[in-house]
Amino acid sequence: MQTDLSVINVTKTFKDFTAVESVSFDVEKGRFFSILGPSGCGKTTLLRMISGFFEPTSGVIEINGKNMAGIPPNKRPVNLIFQNLALFPMMNVGQNIAFGLERKKEKRVVIRRKTAEILERVGLPGFEKKKVDQLSGGQRQRVAIARSLILEPAVLLLDEPLGALDLKLREQMKIELKTLQTQVGTTFVYITHDQSEALVMSDHVAVMNKGRFEQVDTPRNLYSKPLTPFVARFVGENNQWPARMTGINTIDGGKQASITTSEGLAFKAVMKAGIDPGEAVDLFLRPESIVLEPDPSIKTLNRFSIRVQSILFDGANSRLLALLPESGREIQISLPQTRQFDHIQPGSKVEAGWAPESGILFPAKPVTP
Amino acid sequence: MNKGMRWGLLIFILPVLVWLLLLIVLPQVDMAVMAIRADNEWGEKGFSLANFRVFFSEPIYWRTFARTAVFSVLVTFLTFLITMPVAFYITKVVSSRFQGFLTVLTLLPFWVSELVRVYGWMILLRESGVINHFLIKSGILNKPVELLYNDATMVMGLVYTSMLFMLVPLLSVLENLDNNLIEAAYDLGGNVWSITTKIIIPYCLPGIVSGSIVVFMLTLGNYLTPNLMGGKNGLWFTEQIYNQFIASFNWNQGSAFGFLLLILSSAIIWIGLKLTHQSLGKVVQ
Repeated sequence: MQTDLSVINVTKTFKDFTAVESVSFDVEKGRFFSILGPSGCGKTTLLRMISGFFEPTSGVIEINGKNMAGIPPNKRPVNLIFQNLALFPMMNVGQNIAFGLERKKEKRVVIRRKTAEILERVGLPGFEKKKVDQLSGGQRQRVAIARSLILEPAVLLLDEPLGALDLKLREQMKIELKTLQTQVGTTFVYITHDQSEALVMSDHVAVMNKGRFEQVDTPRNLYSKPLTPFVARFVGENNQWPARMTGINTIDGGKQASITTSEGLAFKAVMKAGIDPGEAVDLFLRPESIVLEPDPSIKTLNRFSIRVQSILFDGANSRLLALLPESGREIQISLPQTRQFDHIQPGSKVEAGWAPESGILFPAKPVTP
Repeated sequence: MNKGMRWGLLIFILPVLVWLLLLIVLPQVDMAVMAIRADNEWGEKGFSLANFRVFFSEPIYWRTFARTAVFSVLVTFLTFLITMPVAFYITKVVSSRFQGFLTVLTLLPFWVSELVRVYGWMILLRESGVINHFLIKSGILNKPVELLYNDATMVMGLVYTSMLFMLVPLLSVLENLDNNLIEAAYDLGGNVWSITTKIIIPYCLPGIVSGSIVVFMLTLGNYLTPNLMGGKNGLWFTEQIYNQFIASFNWNQGSAFGFLLLILSSAIIWIGLKLTHQSLGKVVQ
């Protein structure tokens, strides 16, 4: 597979602030690559370095195997979709799209044909004469993408283009964007702080925090096998539960850790290398991996009892906000809307359980960042 | 609209209407009447187009008229050329901490009256002035040169006087120009020239046109600067009007000239608006 974009050990510092710190990754041709991180994590700085608006302090950015050092944005084979799309308000749709080709001194006939073609491809045929302010949010989005795609960039960079849209349209555009990317086959590098956007659309996601990449993986692996506590907290919902490891036992050839939570509950969890008995750990448990009223016959399950504080109804995403009677710790538990748990009301005492495989242990940090 | 609101509107709009009527409409009507009246053979006032005939038959009048028009357009254009980079620098290049400071710095000279500013220039530029003094002291010149009383100096003075009125509308349109538009154009392959001509100037056009209208009007109607800095050769049409009213005491002729100037300014602004595809209503917003 050909590599379209290589970022090798790139660092960017502004005076005494390090925005991006030794980041490396490769994006293969035709992939949808996302960089996911909270605001201020350095993802926009990274994107601006790839597009050429910033020069890295150190490190190399290669596009199609060519070092991009010193090449300004107007000479790079990448294009950037801005967060607010930055469509030129004084031009109509056709003029907006033709802007890039006109700068390349392309023939008028060619420009007109290519503009019509690209508008067809993004599903807006015949929109050339429309004014930018006549378009809906989704249409503006497609015009912005068409304006960049017409230049046939090696990589299309997208800076949270869905951020300004309302929820319904955002859900729709997520799917549309992914479909469009598959159709045109251009490599997309997409940055966002919205984990659902990254997980739904991407082939690979890099989770970024404080200028560093925490993990680069497929969306599924990020969710099920987070490598750092930050990824466990940031991708999807997670209950964080401080505990202490008390021992290691071998079961069916695998190693299992015995842990005791700060409330004194004893659990079993999958062992993780690098933790010794006696050390403080953090247990991460997803809301959906906690089972309500588990079958008493399942022996391996970790069991504990909770008191329901409130029910956060959100359709298929409904949750129980439960308290541990021992310590008052809050725990979120998925509440399947199968009518099976309709009897659960705020104040009820409920048994809960989780399988040892679904809990993830990390060494506890004295101060969590 | 209910009755109370209508009365309220009337009360608020009345001073404006009275002001417009007394100070603009009535004098204009009076001027118009005066312009089309002249002495007949018996020395009696009557309807006549003689005042306008004088304008076209005397070359000095229509040449001054044309000269004033051409120089006013030139001054407007030069003011734009000089002010645009300044406005761009203040709004887009400099850090926001210095924006206010720089804006005040450019506005500061305009707290002084135009007369004082023009005399300031004269002290600098005249034969025995500051600049000549230093040029001779440093040995670049051995004999003072008169820098005043030529067209170049007059144009410079007019541009200097007009800059503020171009700067303010340009600052406000550039302030609204999203930096991402410039970056997007750069990203799509634009260079400095194409970004300036295809993105920045088209975006700023309403501000440019409104600034240009003000500068053009003020320059066309300026009396002080052309008179003091342009000298005897640098005639300005306002001087002709002044001469008719004050020196020749020929109010009818002066009124005709005044009317011609009004027609000229309206015509040039109309052409300017048509050329830039702007409407007056949009520009004065």
